[in-house]
This record gives sequence, structure tokens and C-alpha cells, in this order.
Amino acid sequence: MKIYNKGLVFSLILVFAAIALFPFLVQGGRVAAKPDPKTDTPEIMQYAQEHGGKKECVESKEWMRGEHMQLLNQWRDSVVRDDNRGYISNTNHQRWNMSLQNGCMKCHSNKKKFCDECHNYLSVKPYCWDCHIQPAEKEEVKS
Amino acid sequence: MKAIVSFVAVLLLVAIGYMGGSAGSTSRFLFGVVAPYSAFAIFVVFMIVRILKWASSPVPFRIPTTAGQQKTLPWIKDSKIENPSSVFGVVIRMALEVLVFRSLFRNLKTQLHEGGRLAYGEAKWLWMAGLAFHYSFAIILFRHLRFFLEKVPYPIQLVESLDSFLQIGAPLLYLTDVALLGAVTYLFIRRVALPQVKYISLIADYFPLFLIFAIGATGVLMRYFTKTDIVGVKTLAMGLISFNPAVPETIGAMFYTHVFLLSVLFAYFPFSKLVHMGGVFMSPTRNMANTSREKRHINPWNYPVHVHTYEEYENDFRDKMKEAGLPVEKE
Amino acid sequence: MSKLPKPAELAKVSYNNPATDWMDTPVEFKPGMYCHGSKPKSLEIVGFPNPRDWRPADADWKLPENWKEILIEGIADRLKKYRSFRLFMDICVRCGACADKCHFFIGTGDPKNMPVLRAELIRSVYRKEFTTAGKILGRMAGARDLTLDVLKEWWYYFYQCTECRRCSVFCPYGIDQAEITIIGRELLNLLGLNIEWIAGPVSNCYMKGNHLGLEPHTIVGNLEYMLDDIETVTGKRIKPSFNRKGAEILFVTPSGDLFADPGTYTCMGYLMLFEELGLDYTWSTYASEGGNFGFFTSNEMGKRLNSKIYAEAKRLGVKWILGGECGHMWRVLSQYMDTWNGPADFLEVPKSPITGTVFENAKSMKMVHIAEFTADLIKNNKLKLDPKRNDHLTVTWHDSCNVSRGMGMLEEPRYVLRNVVNNFVEMPEDTIREKTFCCGSGTGLNASEDMELRMKGGFPRANAAKFVHEHYGVNMLANVCAIDRATLKPLMDYWVPGVNVCGLHELVANAMIMKGEKERTTDLRGEPLPNVQAKEEKA
Repeated sequence: MKIYNKGLVFSLILVFAAIALFPFLVQGGRVAAKPDPKTDTPEIMQYAQEHGGKKECVESKEWMRGEHMQLLNQWRDSVVRDDNRGYISNTNHQRWNMSLQNGCMKCHSNKKKFCDECHNYLSVKPYCWDCHIQPAEKEEVKS
Repeated sequence: MKAIVSFVAVLLLVAIGYMGGSAGSTSRFLFGVVAPYSAFAIFVVFMIVRILKWASSPVPFRIPTTAGQQKTLPWIKDSKIENPSSVFGVVIRMALEVLVFRSLFRNLKTQLHEGGRLAYGEAKWLWMAGLAFHYSFAIILFRHLRFFLEKVPYPIQLVESLDSFLQIGAPLLYLTDVALLGAVTYLFIRRVALPQVKYISLIADYFPLFLIFAIGATGVLMRYFTKTDIVGVKTLAMGLISFNPAVPETIGAMFYTHVFLLSVLFAYFPFSKLVHMGGVFMSPTRNMANTSREKRHINPWNYPVHVHTYEEYENDFRDKMKEAGLPVEKE
Repeated sequence: MSKLPKPAELAKVSYNNPATDWMDTPVEFKPGMYCHGSKPKSLEIVGFPNPRDWRPADADWKLPENWKEILIEGIADRLKKYRSFRLFMDICVRCGACADKCHFFIGTGDPKNMPVLRAELIRSVYRKEFTTAGKILGRMAGARDLTLDVLKEWWYYFYQCTECRRCSVFCPYGIDQAEITIIGRELLNLLGLNIEWIAGPVSNCYMKGNHLGLEPHTIVGNLEYMLDDIETVTGKRIKPSFNRKGAEILFVTPSGDLFADPGTYTCMGYLMLFEELGLDYTWSTYASEGGNFGFFTSNEMGKRLNSKIYAEAKRLGVKWILGGECGHMWRVLSQYMDTWNGPADFLEVPKSPITGTVFENAKSMKMVHIAEFTADLIKNNKLKLDPKRNDHLTVTWHDSCNVSRGMGMLEEPRYVLRNVVNNFVEMPEDTIREKTFCCGSGTGLNASEDMELRMKGGFPRANAAKFVHEHYGVNMLANVCAIDRATLKPLMDYWVPGVNVCGLHELVANAMIMKGEKERTTDLRGEPLPNVQAKEEKA
């Protein structure tokens, strides 16, 4: 098969292939690291100890994975607009204090190893810290 | 009717994708790994085949559509882009065509008024919807690279933050999601509401619209409503990209529907009208400079033809020519 | 011949689509909407296949047994030869932007006159025969079999397209229906399915050098009449030369200019201009046709007819070629001639002997359009002009399709026009320049039996002319196209009575003050000049 206007055609194909295959080329067959959010802060470990070895969040882990952003949004609105800080869990029907810094981050005191782990992996940039002060994290002590 | 056929076809595909995603791990492997791999391979290979097929036919004549003043006497201002006489002009013309749909921007609406008066009005909706559709699609595709690149580069982060700058809801609403679904809806409504466009439409015109709408809709559902294990999604994507495919247990059927529909689009692409993506670059009425008078264009299959020579002509008319006082070669 | 309806009736165009899908709506041959079929003799002369007596309205077209294979092979062959064809078969998305851009659609309301659907007529067969999806899915994939009905549909609608390229200006991918019509007609010609109005001129041109079949002595005779008229108007006797070896310039113009008014007035304009310049030029009776109806038949036939121009230039040993006012002639010359029959390395780069201007833009093709030539003359003050002589005219400019969209000659004629008339008004902007409307009779459709088609196709052009006629008193529609001169006249008489038609060089010659001319009292048409009229009224 004779190809006419080779210059134009092959540059077109090259550009097309380069764009289409770009992610493959960048990755180059390497196995990518998976995020591994840690729920082993001293606070959580202590909570578990006090609750018969059970780690427990406001809702189930699976639900939180998908919906935490929406929950935080609702909390924010509830606190800021309605001055209501009480949240009754649908999972364990306990009352929890709606608060990012004095609630969530109390247990999850490891923002870098917990929040950022997945957020960075997926390039998600929550704007929590536009208003809230980022918690100061304890330097990790090498074991 | 044709719209309904396409609609049912896409519904069927949705159902297949959903069932495939709900079934066991073999099925999930099929829909999450085999389907995207093969669809992507078909897309790349057959798109290239299509371009080569076009390229295997020569452009025998230099036939640009001249939409402006030619380059001629030095004191007449030529239209360097609409009637290009240089490679640079052609590149700009093509860039305008591809990036801002220059020709479609010219669109007019011809109307016949009472008393047989014709009027030509602005008609920019198709152009706007076309731009909105193509750019949303491109940006959405670009944004999706965050699933395929281990370290998400800055340009993608920037586009994401711009795309969600209104900070509506959580996860943040992407404007392109709205624009894509809106534009596709407009393009569909236009196709059925305008009698002329409806009359020329084929099943192959409705099908991609429904398909792309379904892809957008499943994506939107997944992101904003039904939710999925997004970490698992990226794990799957990175597995595909690094040729170490693995199917996490935690991704819902909606995701498989999304991926399956996309796979169908990719596999369908090289065999459909969607090849205009590559074809527009090869359109001889747009990608040639108007230089046929200045430089001879070569037709590779130019062949000698039978002509009626002057000699034959003179033989036919010699007497009459002589009588009329015309010079002849042979007395 | 069918009776032509009244304008008021024809202007009521219905844009309602048939109730049935277009694939289920067989073509109906409406009288007045198509031309006579080609006669056997016309095809025989140029060696075209299947010469026989046939009539388009007949059920039996007397086709060869294997007509279907011939066509499918013909398509396959052309897919390999023309990237445009192959690409345009694949990439249309049916957005409909071209639909209401076609003068035939605007004038007829027939959906198959939308460029997109005209292309689908052949695209549907392409899908069936050349794509896997079409072979398997058939109608679901927009494919259909090539049947006799489909063939008839092709014939009817490819001879309802004037290859004007207006659709291609608006198409986002530059799909050019002209290309598809050109190839569609090539295919039809494989079966001897031409129209006589094209086939006749083609055979004439092949044998006698021009479409009208004017023999050498007739050409000389016709020019003699014009020379007499010029003498009456100017008092000057001009002696042009024919087939003269050693002339500097060969002049080629469409034969229509030699035959009937208002083309003849334009021709008189050329003669007077060249005389005034003392140009060393010659006419040719062999290459006595600038236009090319072969181009409306097949690429090969176009080339065969076109070959005479370079051949004659070579035989006569001229330096370069000057071309008269014509539309499709100039698309053929500027986009095809050099490729077909070049390189014209025996000629020199055209250089105006009067101004010394070198036409670099034509340095390979070696041919210059007379509007370019004259614009250069006027720019360099080489002509003495009195535009007042054209003061009885309010002129508008009709851009001919092919010089606009196949060459881009927009400003040169306007420059000339502004210098030879005082009253020049443009038609609405969406109907001129690259968006200009066809006369409705191009590509060999200027017969008389298809008058209804012509009036419908010319409707948008006439409409724009009517606008400037009513608002600005325009009474002259000027152009640089022989077919326009022949076809716009009946179009104006039908839609816009009171508007006349002329070529550019008729106006030039009227305004041009010649050395030693007597005081002119009439224009080239023998009508009193405005200043004379005024004088007479005073007295």
C-alpha cells in the first residue's frame, strides 16, 4: 500500500499514538504503589482498648469511604448555619460531636498518613484547610 | 424510530455492563480488564489503519476551498488564512478549524419570509453546543488521567481545580460534567426537533449521542450519587496501565457499566463517523494552500489521454480556414 | 416542455419533508427539473460508453447487463484515486450545517437537495459495498443496495447540483459536495448517462475547439459583426489576428462570448481594450474555448478538452496566456490545468507588456485572468476612463462560484468596477464573496428544458439582486462568467424584471476613452449615453 503525503500522515499518526499511549509510556510497566491509610494513631488504639478492641468511626468504614466528604459538608452546614453539633450515628446510634478538629482529627491525628494518603493518590484537594488550621503532627519516631 | 433503536441499543449495553459488573469475579475481570484492553487496542490500531487507508489515496488536484481573497497583485490585500498561500497560513487555518470550528462559526439560518423574501440570520447554537461538547469531552478525558498516572502532574491538578472552581457540593461539581450532558442533550434535541436534521439522521447519528450521554450519566452517578471505591478504581486503572491488571472486590456495578460503555465507544470509534477526529486534518479543501497557479501540483496517476490535435483540426477545416484568411500549417 | 409557473407560485417553497424516509422515497422525474439525456452521436464522437437513444423519464434506460459491476468497480477505482472522495464518504457527521446553504435546496425544498443528503445517495451505497458494518447491518448502518431506482436518483440529483462549493465553505470538515457530484457524474458517464446539454458541447469542443461548435470561419465572422458594431460606436476599425504565430499573448475566452449577447458586448470590450493597449496578442480558433464542459463529465474528459490551450500556446510560440471572463473555466484553469497538462515550461512567467507587472502568482500556470490584468492596468493609470458614461447604471457585483470558492478572485473585479462606474452597490453580505450564490444553471445545467429547476436554483441569487434593485435602484448585475451572462438574464427577467446583466469588460469598454475615437453617443448596446440623453432632453 503506497502512502501519500508521508510527512503529514506519519506525524498525524505519531501525535495520535503518543497522546493515546502517553499514560502507558509514563508508567512503563511499573507496579504502582497503593495508598495505605493508617488508623493506628495512639488515640485510636486507646479508643479500641477502651471499647473491647473495636475500632469504630461515626459510621461504618465502607460508608465513610464513599460518603465522608458529603458528611463533612453536612456537618459544616449544620454547625455553621443551625448551631447544631449533635450527630446521631446511623450505625451505632450514638451521639457524636460534629467537629473536624475536635472530632475527626482527634482520633485521626495523622493527617498525612490518613487523609493525604488517598487524597494525594487521587489528586483530590479538599478545601477543609482553607479555613481550618492544619493540625500540627507529631514527628514520627523511628521504631 | 431510528432514535428509539439507538436508545434501546444503548439501554441494552447499559444492562450488559451492569450485569457484568454485578456478576462474579470472572465477569468483573472480563468487563474491567478484557473489555477496556481490547477496546483500546481496537481504537488505536484501527484508527491508524483508517488514517493509512485515507493516506493510500492521493490528492490528485489542489482543491482548497478558497474562502477569501487570493494572493495576486501586491497592492491587493490577500486573505492569508481563509485563502492561504503558505504553509503557515494553512496551519493557522487548520488550527482555527480544529480548535474553534471556524467553518461552523459561519453557520447561517436561511429563512423564507412572506412574499418570497429570503433572509439570513445568525445561527451560532450548533457551533456553541459543538464547542461545549468537544471541549468538555476533552477536559473530562484529560481529568481522567489522574486515574492513570501514579503522580498526578500539575496541569491535571490545575484543570481539575478550574473545572470545579465554583466549589459546589462534595465531591466538588465539575462544570464540564454539566456542560457535556447539556451539550449532548441539546445535540439530541436538535436532531429530533429540526425536521431537516431529523430527516437526514441515521441510527449511527443517534447512537453515539446516547452512548456518550450514558457514559457521562454513569460517571456523574458514580461521582455524586451512588459512590464507588475510588481508590479501588485507581488501583484497577493503574493495574491496566502497568500491565498488571487486578480487579478489586470493592468497586460497584456502576463502575463496570461506565467502563463497558466507554469500551464500546472506543471500539466503535474507528468504524463510525467519529473518525472525523482524524479526518478533519486530512481534508484536502482545508489543508492545502491555494498555490496551484504558482507551483505545479503533481497528480501521481496522471495519464496520457486522447486529444484532438491541431493537425487533425486543421485537416478537418483547412479549406474553410483558408477561405476565411486564417493561416494554416499545411497548404 | 413543461409550462413554467409564475414567480409568485415558485416563491412559495415548501420545506416539508415527505412522510416516508428518504431511502423509501423513490425519485420522481418532474418535468422542468431535468435535462434531456445525451444523444448517441455526442458520446460516440468522444468515445464514451453506451451510446444509444434514451430518455430519462423512460423506465428502461438501456443499460449494459453488468451496469452494477461497472459502477461498483468505478467507485472502488475512484476511492483509490481521490482522497477527497474516500474521506468525504467516511467523515460526515450529518450536522446539517450545509443543508440550507444550497441554492437548490433553498429553491426547491426537496430534502435530497441538501448537500448532506445528496452525498448520502452515494454514501449509502459505499457503506453497503465497502464497509463491514454496512455489509452486515445493512439499513441499520445506513447502507442500501445499488438498484435501478438508486441509479435514477443519482442521475436526477447529481444533475441538480452545480458544483458551486457553497456547502464546503460551511462544512466543519470541508466536505465538498462538488467533489462528490464530480465523481457521481463520472460514474454515471461510465454507463452513458450524461445530459445532452453537456455531452453536445463536449463533443463540439473536442472536434471544433469550442462548446458551441463554431467553426473557424464562423468565429472570424462573428467577431467581424462585433468589429462593425465597435466601429459604429467608436468610429474605430479594429483588426484582430487569429492563429498568429509569434504573438506575445494567446487570448482564450469562453465561446459564449462570441455568440450571443450580453456575452458579445463583453467580447467587444476585450477587443477594444486590447486595441487601445496595442497588445501583441492573437485569438485561436483551435483553442477557442476557455470553459470546459468536459469537467462536468469526467476528469479525463476535462483534461482532453483542456489540453488544447497549452498545445496551442506552444504551437503559436506565445509567451503567456490571457484568459477571458469565465467562472468554471477559472476553477479548471487554476486548480486543474497545470496538473493535467503542464508543465508549461515553454511559456514565460506572465508579464504585462504595458505595466511591466510580473504575475508571480501565476508563474507556473502561465495564465492570467483578464480582471487581474485590467486591475493592474488601472492601478498603473494606463487607461483613460470616464465612468460617467456608465452613470445610467447602478451596478451590483455577482461573484461567480468558481472564481470565488475555487480561486479567490474577489477584489480585482471590484477594483476595476469601482473605477469604471460611479454607482456600485453590494448585495447583502451573506450572498456575496465566498458566500455567493450560484446562478442556478452552472455545470452544464443551462438548458431550456430544465427552466423550472434553473429558476428555483437561481432564486436566492435573484432574491439578493431584488433586494438591491428595490432599495438602491440597481439595474445592472455585473459578473465575470459566461454562463452567468447567459443565465442570469432569464433569471432576472423572471424574478427581478428591470435588472440587466453584463460582463465586467463591457463596462470597462464603455468607460474607456480610446485614442482617436469619435465622440460616443451610445454605449456598446447602442443605447444612448446618459450625457447625450441629458443634452437631448435640454434641446
